[in-house]
Amino acid sequence: MSAAVSTQLLDVLSGAILLTAVLTLWRRDLAAIIRLLAIQGVLIAGLALLLGINEHSIELYLAALGVLILKAIVLPTILRRVLSDSGEVRETAPLVNVTSSLLAAAGLTLLAYVLSGPLVALAPSAATRALPVGIAVVLLGFFMLVTRRRALSQVIGFLLLDNGITTTAFLATSGVPLVIELGVSLDVLLVVLVLQIVAARMRMAFGSTDLDGLSGLRD
Amino acid sequence: MGMLMSSGMLHDGVLHDGGSAATLALLVPVVVPALAAGLAAVLGWRRWVAWSAVVASAAVLVAGVVAAFATVDGSTLAVGSLLRADALTAVMLLVIGSVSVIATWASVGYIDGELKTQTTTARGARRYGILVPLFISTMASTVLAANLGVMWAGIEATTIVTAFLVGHHGGRRAVEATWKYVIICSVGIALAYLGTVLVYYASQHSGGAGGREGTLDWTELVAHADRLDPGVMRIAVVLLVLGFGTKVGLVPLHSWLPDAHSEAPAPVSALMSGVLLSVAGYALLRYRVIAVSALDPAFVRTLLLVVGIGSVLFAASMMIAQRDYKRLLAYSSMEHMGLVAIGMAVGTPLAIAALLLHVLGHGLAKAVLFCASGQILELTGTTRMGRVRGLLVRRPLLAGVFALGIAALLGLPPFSLFVSELGLARATADAGLAWVVGVALVLLLVVFVAIARPVAGMLFGPHDDAEDGGAATSRVARPASSTVPLVLGLVALVVIGVATPLDGLLESAAAIVVTR
Repeated sequence: MSAAVSTQLLDVLSGAILLTAVLTLWRRDLAAIIRLLAIQGVLIAGLALLLGINEHSIELYLAALGVLILKAIVLPTILRRVLSDSGEVRETAPLVNVTSSLLAAAGLTLLAYVLSGPLVALAPSAATRALPVGIAVVLLGFFMLVTRRRALSQVIGFLLLDNGITTTAFLATSGVPLVIELGVSLDVLLVVLVLQIVAARMRMAFGSTDLDGLSGLRD
Repeated sequence: MGMLMSSGMLHDGVLHDGGSAATLALLVPVVVPALAAGLAAVLGWRRWVAWSAVVASAAVLVAGVVAAFATVDGSTLAVGSLLRADALTAVMLLVIGSVSVIATWASVGYIDGELKTQTTTARGARRYGILVPLFISTMASTVLAANLGVMWAGIEATTIVTAFLVGHHGGRRAVEATWKYVIICSVGIALAYLGTVLVYYASQHSGGAGGREGTLDWTELVAHADRLDPGVMRIAVVLLVLGFGTKVGLVPLHSWLPDAHSEAPAPVSALMSGVLLSVAGYALLRYRVIAVSALDPAFVRTLLLVVGIGSVLFAASMMIAQRDYKRLLAYSSMEHMGLVAIGMAVGTPLAIAALLLHVLGHGLAKAVLFCASGQILELTGTTRMGRVRGLLVRRPLLAGVFALGIAALLGLPPFSLFVSELGLARATADAGLAWVVGVALVLLLVVFVAIARPVAGMLFGPHDDAEDGGAATSRVARPASSTVPLVLGLVALVVIGVATPLDGLLESAAAIVVTR
């Protein structure tokens, strides 16, 4: 693959990853948000594959396969199960409405570009120039986490944040050592499984997963 | 394990093999508690299985002592390229081991009592029996990890293992505490992971034009720390302080702490407050070595001072009007971790030695206090301080232990926290930060009053027997033997404070953190 083509592909993939992140803030339908998350998983796997082709790295192929299985198949499946158990199909009451969310997304993306200046400066290349995308997805995930009031939305925010970190790791370092990547993936999977169980308990205890119900513990 | 070594990603540092006995000492803290967890998984909760967890904790403590003797001269032990131990690791193993002995010992009676009153089921007891030793094992592997990536994974694993321990009691409050705990800590630790990735990125480009393979091996990173790019490291360090700081209970991501500590079973609170927080603090200490040599030390100091003073300030303000004794103890943990962060900011050998002693003293005192407060809760059925009265008359032994634990926590002599707080204050003043000492003293005075006044009420207040009437007699009063581990903890606090047996080890540990 020629360098120009691979750079273009890299830019397209990074752009699409950012786009899916912004779209998750736009949609209120939780099933659609989960679909977007799965698509983003495929895109990140594609990014790893592309870097693997460029660097002829078996490890990156393996990482791409792992990301595909975990982020595009396993995690969305778990989220869908939580969704069908809860019967709550929409994020009904976000603290910030959609228009403001999208404006905030634009602001956060700009912030990401400012923040990642030193990161790009260390080793300018096609991959590191796309680093702001990874940081932007981290910030968008954080934003979703603090502004949404459904348990499932918070889990999605956490996964978005994690996707941003994975993207950053691939773009900056062509992937951290496979062992650590494996450990991180296992951790994310376990955290989501734990949260799934806690969300089920929450439904039993509160009758819904509206986090505004969580107000028993205060000083 | 073979895969890890052959992957070439975990580099061998400079290793001195300290002989097979010492090597064994490194495997024990990870493997033996895991075996105890396996026993509980197969056999469920039984008395002798519960005691096996105590034995496993004692094994961790013994391994810590062996490691301490082997590393006190400044040498390093290693198993392959995965586990390593120096004096700093040995100190942390002592903290983990000693607090775990108290907590698992108290767990035996605690869970038996719960089974008797049917507040937990056989299934809940089995889960408890599995998770507590696993928790100890994950913390031990965190402090023994040679690789910063593995260390990160260890800390994240503690969140997963403890999630269901926090939710042990079930019900709305426990669910709420668990949710906050898992979400906030996972996010915090994810930020720390991003910081780790950036450190790895910086290390990949630290070799000049030729470039070198990246590494997360601590020893290697420290050796090359001055060549890491400051621009990238500045972002990484902020993320690491924010991320690991979450788990330490430092501002701004601290809000999980009081909820999780107050809802978890008492021995688990003891472990979380006494060791988990400081194990995360240990991660910060390791990164501090790299940060001060890659960056302007003043930047690192300012950052740690801000979160440290912020945490003490916030904790003190929440303690003033606190009515719940478990939450009071939880905020006190936050206050003490804030002091530890200030010690890290100062960063002189005296400050590091004092903060390590403080971590050990705080761990022991909190283990005693949380376990005692669990018994007070069983006795009185309330966590409101205003409703607990005349404890000294009703249960003199338990009340005495609780009172002495509070005295230790408040930094009164002869307990070791007196020595460590004095050391911290002196080191801070010596570093030209007298204003920090002033601010901290005022805040500690506030904390002193906020703790001493309600606790005096709990101990001496007039107790009306008719008030709780029949209810009181049906409550579980544990046998006097249940205070044995707590008394041992208090004795240890005095011994460490008066006989100062750890001075040499603390000095070696401080040298590791400072002189690079």
